[in-house]
Amino acid sequence: MIGWIDSRLGVDSWARKALRKVFPDHWSFLLGEIALFTFIVLVATGVFLTLFYRPDATPVVYEGPYAPLRGREVSAAYESVLRLSFEVRAGLVMRQIHHWAALVFVASIVVHAARVFFTGAFRRPREINWLVGVGLLVMALMMGFTGYSLPDDLLSGTGLRIGYSAIISIPFLGPYLAYLAFGGEFPSEGVISRLFVMHVMLFPAIIIGLISAHLAILVRQKHAQFAAAGRTERNVVGKRLWPSQVFKSTGLMLITAAVLAVMGGLVQINAIWEYGPFDATTVSSPAQPDWYMGWLEGAIRLWPPFEPSFFGITLPAMFIPSVLLPGIFFTLFALWPFVEARAIKDHEEHHLLDRPRDVPFRTAVGAGGLAFVTVLTLAGGNDVLALMFNVPVESVTWFLRVAIFVVPAAVAGVTYRIALELRDGDRRVFGRKKAIFLERGPSGGYDEKP
Amino acid sequence: MKAERGVQLAFVLSTLSSIGLVIVYVRGGDPQLEGLLLGAALGGLGIGIAVWATRLMHSPEVTEDREILVSPAEDAAGPLEGEGEAVTRRSALVRMLIGAGGTLTAALAIPTLSLGPTPGSSLRQTKWTAGTRLVSAAGRALRPADIPFEAVITAFPEDEVGSADSQTVVLRLRSGLLQLEGRAATWTPEDCVAYSKICTHAGCPVGLYRSAAHELLCPCHQSTFDVLRGAVPVFGPAARALPQLPLGLDDEGYLVALGDFPEPVGPSFWNLERGDDE
Repeated sequence: MIGWIDSRLGVDSWARKALRKVFPDHWSFLLGEIALFTFIVLVATGVFLTLFYRPDATPVVYEGPYAPLRGREVSAAYESVLRLSFEVRAGLVMRQIHHWAALVFVASIVVHAARVFFTGAFRRPREINWLVGVGLLVMALMMGFTGYSLPDDLLSGTGLRIGYSAIISIPFLGPYLAYLAFGGEFPSEGVISRLFVMHVMLFPAIIIGLISAHLAILVRQKHAQFAAAGRTERNVVGKRLWPSQVFKSTGLMLITAAVLAVMGGLVQINAIWEYGPFDATTVSSPAQPDWYMGWLEGAIRLWPPFEPSFFGITLPAMFIPSVLLPGIFFTLFALWPFVEARAIKDHEEHHLLDRPRDVPFRTAVGAGGLAFVTVLTLAGGNDVLALMFNVPVESVTWFLRVAIFVVPAAVAGVTYRIALELRDGDRRVFGRKKAIFLERGPSGGYDEKP
Repeated sequence: MKAERGVQLAFVLSTLSSIGLVIVYVRGGDPQLEGLLLGAALGGLGIGIAVWATRLMHSPEVTEDREILVSPAEDAAGPLEGEGEAVTRRSALVRMLIGAGGTLTAALAIPTLSLGPTPGSSLRQTKWTAGTRLVSAAGRALRPADIPFEAVITAFPEDEVGSADSQTVVLRLRSGLLQLEGRAATWTPEDCVAYSKICTHAGCPVGLYRSAAHELLCPCHQSTFDVLRGAVPVFGPAARALPQLPLGLDDEGYLVALGDFPEPVGPSFWNLERGDDE
C-alpha cells in the first residue's frame, strides 16, 4: 500500500523525515495544541449545527415544546435554535459543546500567546509567526462575536447593537460603513444571513489558512527550547514525532474533546430561551457578553461622557474606547517583537527561551498589560459587581476608573522588582547567567559538569 | 506492568461508553448522559493513549542540528530569468502593468458598495410626524390619564408599533416638577413628557427608571438621564441628552406628536450636528 502510493507520489522519504521531526518537551508547549484541538471540536460540532440552523430573520410564530414561548412571534433563526435545542436529538449537547469550545478556544489562544510572550519565543526568527498568531487571535474574537449573534436572542442582539454603534462612531466614515456592514439602519433584516456567511465560510477559511501557515512556519523553523544541558542555539533536543509525540498529542486532543463534551453535557450555557427573542425595544439587565468581549465592554462603560465637537464635526463618545483603544492595543501587541528588538538593540536569532525573570522589563510590560485587560474585564461586569457587593453601580464605575490607571502600573512595578530580585538571586548563587550542573563523585565531592 | 493495566482499563471504559452513548441516543437521548458518555469515550481513549506514550514508550531524547535559515548567497544573487531578458528591463511596461493592475483591483472592489444604502437623511428621521398619535406596545392610543405617575410607558407612532428608531418613553410627572426651558417646556401637556428610548451612547433601549430620582438608566453602560431637566446625562458614558419628542394633545384628548424629534436619535455619528447630508 505504501509502495503503491510512493511509486505515484514519491512522498515516502518526505513523510519519514516529517515523522522524525524532533519535539522539545515542555508542558507549556501544549497550550497551542489545545487551541488547535479546540478548533477541531468547533468545526466538528459547528458542521452539525449548520445543518439545523436557519439564517433568516423572517418572523414566525413559535409552536414548539417550550411552553413559555409558545404563540410568541420570533425570528426563524431563533426558532431554529430552539428546535435544535429541544427537538433535535443530541442537538442541545452539540450546541453547548460548541459554545464551551468557543470560550476555551479564545482562552487557550490567549494563554498560548502569554507563554510565547513571557518566554521571548517571538524573537527573531519567529516574528512572522507571532504576527500570524495575532491574526488568529483577532479571527477567533470575530468568530466568537459573529457566532453568538446568530441565535438572534435578546442578549446577542444587544451585542450587535453595540457593534453597530461602534462602527457608526468612526469619524467621517461611520454612517456609511455601518450601513454597508448591516445593510441599512439597525436593526436590519439582512444582517443575520451576513453574520452566518462570515461565521461558517469566510472566517473559518481564513482561520484554516492562518493555522496552516502557523504550523508550516513552526516546522520550517523548528521549536524553540528552554535552556538545559546539551541544548544550544544551534540544535534542538527532544523526542521524535513518531511515535511518542504523535501519541501524546492524540491523547491530548481526545482529552480536550472529552472535557468539552462533559462541560457541554452538564454545564448549561447561553440558554437563549431564558433571554427571549430579539426585540429592538427591550434589553435585559444585567447584560454580559462572552468573557473575551468583556474588556471592550468594560472600556466602553468606564469611558467618561467625552464627546467633543469641532466645527460641527462630532467625535462620538463610543469611538475612542470601542474602536481606537482596541486598534492601538492590537497594533502594539502585534508589533511588540519589533518594538522590543529596537528598544534593546537585539536583532540576533534566538532559539533558547527566556525565563520570565531573565527579562524583567518585558515581563513587567506583559503583566501590566494583563492587569489592564483584567481591570477592563471587571468593568465590563460593573453592574454584576454592584449587585454582588451591594453598592451603587456609580461607585463601582468610579473605583474602576481610578483602578485602570493605578492597578496596571502597580502590577508592572511589582513584577519588575520581583523579576529583578529573582534574576539577581540566581546570579548571586551561580555567579553567572547560565546554570551550571554539579555532579557528585564517588569520593563524595562535587565537580562541575561541562 | 501496572501502567499497561491502566491503559487497558481506560480503553475498555472508552469502548463501553461509546456503546452506552449509542444506547442513550437510540432510547431518545438525554443531554447530560450524552455529554458524560461522550466525555468518557473520548477521555478513556485519550488518557489511555497519553499514559501509553508517557509510561510505556521509552523513546530516546535526540539532538538535531538547526539549519541556517537564510538562503545561500549564490541562490539569492543570481537572476531568476537565467540567460533570458530581465523582466525589469522594460520599466515602462512594468509601470503600466502595475497601474492597470491597481485600477482593476479598485474596480473590482466597487461592488462592496452594493452591500448597503447610503444613510442619506435616514439617521435624522423617525416615523414621527405632526399629528401622529402615541400608542402603547399593545397598539392602544394613549391619553395623559392612561399614564400612571412615576411609571414609564414605551410608546410608538400609531401603525408603527415596534419601530426601532421611533421607540419613545412617555412619563407623567407631578405638576411643578419639570424644569424645562424654551420650547421644550411647551411640549408637556398635562405634565407629560416624552423622550427617545434609544440611548445616545450605544443605542440600547433606555429600559430602567429610578422613580425616586426621576432618572432613566440604560442597562448596557449605565448612562443615566435626568427626566426633569430634559433627559440630560448625569452619569455614565453618554454625552448627549435623549431627544425630546414635541408632545401635544389632539381634539379628542389623545397624546400626539407635534413633529419629529428635533435632533437625531440614537448613537452619535460624526456629522450629527451638521445635517447637510444629501
